[in-house]
Amino acid sequence: MVYREMSALSGSLWTNIKNKRCGELMPIRQMYFLLLLSRQGKLRLQKWFTPVTEREKKVTREMTLMVLARPPHSCNFLLWRDLKIVYKRYASLYFCCGLEDQDNELLTLEVLQRYVELLDKYFGNVCELDIIFNFEKKAYFILDEFLVGGEILETSKTAVGIAMEEAETLQETMEEYMSKPTY
Amino acid sequence: MSPSVRLQEMIRVIRGARTQGEERGVIQRECAAIRAQFRQADNGTRSHNLAKLLYVHMLGYPAHFGQMECVRLIASPRYNEKRVGYLGAMMLLDEKQDASLLITNSIKNDLSHSSQYVQSLALCTLGCMGSAEMCRDLAPEIDRLLRASNSYIKKKAALCAVHIVRKVPELGELFTPASRSLLSEKNHGVLHGAVVLITELCERNPETLEQFRKAVPELVQIMKGLVMSGYSPEHNVAGISDPFLQVRILRLLRILGRNNETASDAVNDLLAQVATNTDSSKTAGSAVLYETVLTVMDIKSESGLRVLAVNILGRFLLNNDRNIRYISMTSLQKIVQTDHNAVQRHRGTIVDCLKDQDASVKRRALELSLALVSAVNIRSLMKELLLFLSSCPPELRAHTTSGIFNAAERYAPSQRWHIDTILHVLTTAGGDVRDETVPNLIQLITTATELHCYTVHKLYRALIADISVQSLVQVACWCIGEYGDLLLRGECEETEPVQVAEDDVLDALETVLQSHMSSPATRGFALTATMKLSTRITHNVDRIRSIVSIYGSCIDVELQQRAVEYNALFKKYDHMRAAVLERMPVIDKSSPGHTNGESAGGSIKEMEPTKRTQEVALPQEPANQVCDLLDLLGGSGEPPQPSPALSTTALGPVSSTAGGDLLDLLGGLDVTPVPPSVIVYEKNGVTLKLQTDRQTDTGMTITLTATNSTDREITSLTLQAAVPKSVQLQMKAPSGDVIPAHGLGQVTQTVLLNNPNKVSLKMRVRVCYTSQDFVCQDTVQIDSFPSPAW
Repeated sequence: MVYREMSALSGSLWTNIKNKRCGELMPIRQMYFLLLLSRQGKLRLQKWFTPVTEREKKVTREMTLMVLARPPHSCNFLLWRDLKIVYKRYASLYFCCGLEDQDNELLTLEVLQRYVELLDKYFGNVCELDIIFNFEKKAYFILDEFLVGGEILETSKTAVGIAMEEAETLQETMEEYMSKPTY
Repeated sequence: MSPSVRLQEMIRVIRGARTQGEERGVIQRECAAIRAQFRQADNGTRSHNLAKLLYVHMLGYPAHFGQMECVRLIASPRYNEKRVGYLGAMMLLDEKQDASLLITNSIKNDLSHSSQYVQSLALCTLGCMGSAEMCRDLAPEIDRLLRASNSYIKKKAALCAVHIVRKVPELGELFTPASRSLLSEKNHGVLHGAVVLITELCERNPETLEQFRKAVPELVQIMKGLVMSGYSPEHNVAGISDPFLQVRILRLLRILGRNNETASDAVNDLLAQVATNTDSSKTAGSAVLYETVLTVMDIKSESGLRVLAVNILGRFLLNNDRNIRYISMTSLQKIVQTDHNAVQRHRGTIVDCLKDQDASVKRRALELSLALVSAVNIRSLMKELLLFLSSCPPELRAHTTSGIFNAAERYAPSQRWHIDTILHVLTTAGGDVRDETVPNLIQLITTATELHCYTVHKLYRALIADISVQSLVQVACWCIGEYGDLLLRGECEETEPVQVAEDDVLDALETVLQSHMSSPATRGFALTATMKLSTRITHNVDRIRSIVSIYGSCIDVELQQRAVEYNALFKKYDHMRAAVLERMPVIDKSSPGHTNGESAGGSIKEMEPTKRTQEVALPQEPANQVCDLLDLLGGSGEPPQPSPALSTTALGPVSSTAGGDLLDLLGGLDVTPVPPSVIVYEKNGVTLKLQTDRQTDTGMTITLTATNSTDREITSLTLQAAVPKSVQLQMKAPSGDVIPAHGLGQVTQTVLLNNPNKVSLKMRVRVCYTSQDFVCQDTVQIDSFPSPAW
């Protein structure tokens, strides 16, 4: 086993989270969270890829204020505490990703773009209201077909949609199927 | 009324609430209803109730009472209930909750379910929130799924395995064989998952890394296939075929090629091909190109390729897209130490980016500009930096001022320029400078003997213009007190002299004393300066006497004490007054880690080692060292040089730079041979001492020494260290891991710290050892390091 050094000694909240994440002192390169925010700062979707208490989640409020305050046409990357934040605004929603030392921020922008495209394809011209009213059924389920544990699951544009449709049909027929005995 | 409409109905009602209080009321009612529903028997609405609860949770309200319901729903045979249950588990049950263990069994069952969609739910959930115990339990299942299932499951199993390896690294060995065979899959999703998994395995285990080096040719093939392939509608993004997979493969090749010649050679061609063929007009292409550049810079690539990479970064720098300029500067920052000249070529563009509107781009440009300062470009670059300072955003000001000071200290072409620069900074951003600026500036002024007149004139002008900037006012007061006679004389070679009368000077000082803007420290400075003037002026000594006596009853205790003492100096000790208030001797520059400013020995007092072009007053050093000194200062013009403060720290290994010879000089002096060591940890009879062997302004070498005063030996001693983000740490092998008892021996370990961004160095050390059959582990924080030697 190779013991490597921790990064970040700023005494910040996120240092504790990172250190607790795994018993060893390893630099972890991954996405910590993906948040969708409205222009007023209301959360429309939150996906955490690391165990975080409710109080710690509230700390991200500071970050959301930073993101919302950015003027248009700014750079899409900013530093918050010791995390890199990649954000992109689509219509009235801000998509924010918190990354740890992922060197390639440009790729993360592409990830956000892909997620929006998937939503768009599935909903047909998705808007914020769609995501609000169908958060559990659609937005999260699509996300879970696209990202797992902070990493991309499927890079094909069509495969995610196909999986979603099949799962939906399954939802209806599963009821009958499940009433049969399983072994 | 179907339940799902009720969910949407609830959302509508909540959104319709006009005040926070109204919203809270609605939610409380709904939560009560949900809680009641949960307690009831299964009535087919459970999943909808949980969905409602999840919505409420997202708005920020407590939802912990839904945890058990998640557990129940996951165990349900119905697919839609399972689905919502798992979603709830991912949102409400993280590994900190005890209830999370309860779903382990359900997940286990679902992993072997006949429907792949149920399996996928379980995999997804485990991959997102699985705790270490759950991972340990279920790892064999995941391994099975990695081998024998369809693509849909395999790709999810791969990412689940990634999560497991992150949680429990020892399990990595379990997945190694399966992941190797996954590389031959055609499905992009599976391939991507496999590459991520292999990356994770290689990063954690060097043996696995060795094994996977053999896979480099295969990876190169896959990558080539992607680059050269025709248009594939499924994977195409802006002309690039599957950029996500390309980037991950490049990253894996980087890890495999690091520090390894053969692997690096094998990928050289590929990297050149990718670098030239990738169309970077859109972000996707730029992302791939960027990853390529990072890989080239990290592995042992041939020089032609490195040049190509730096050129790509240069091209990025000129791109209109701010994001691309940002990442270009981030990468240039990483290579500025190693490929300094290449980056210097782009200095103009980088400096232009200082004027960009965007705060992120500005920050990057600032860091990079500070790293590019050299003796050659100091004047022009400083102009730009000072311009930047006048308009920079407040959060960057402190960093800018300290960067400017560092650069000025290292490369100032003349003392006058140095003083001018510091004064400029103080007038522009005096509120954001470090505390040591005032004593440092004063010290600098005292050493610039021929500039005293010029300095005091300049400071006087600044003082009468504006007394709000405390640091500037303090320095000005000090100088006026010290060199007031020069000011009053009215002649000055370097600058246009001002006809200043004694009254004017005293007026200025009194204004400072009385102003509500002046801090107590500043007023102290002003009072002392007034007193000092009593020996330097001729006519208004009475006025000074009266000022001083007034402050004898000041509320501020410090001022009062000073005033009373000065009063005594006027009355009882008037005969000593002239001697006491004499001109100060040249102040010695103290090193940063040191709290008091004592010198190592009189011989180094007059040295200004940074300014190669300037004459150096040869110190009276021991005769046998004279030759070295003269030789050294004959002038080798290589950068970088140790800063003056740190050149006084001598002992320790001699470095190969010119500065090292300077240090060697001081090795001849009879200074304390043993550098002081600081005790950083003392417990259970184990003592850990820290001493600094060497210190430069971008790093230091320290030695940790552990001793044991108990009567049984300490075993399995390990030391781990952590440092702030931009600092690089390298721990050498310790001398052993057993400390003999009774202080009869010790264990030492050397640590090298490289601090290119010159952040304040702190370190946290974790000490683990076994003492009398119990294992101890402690962490100590080290905020300041002892100076290397006096």
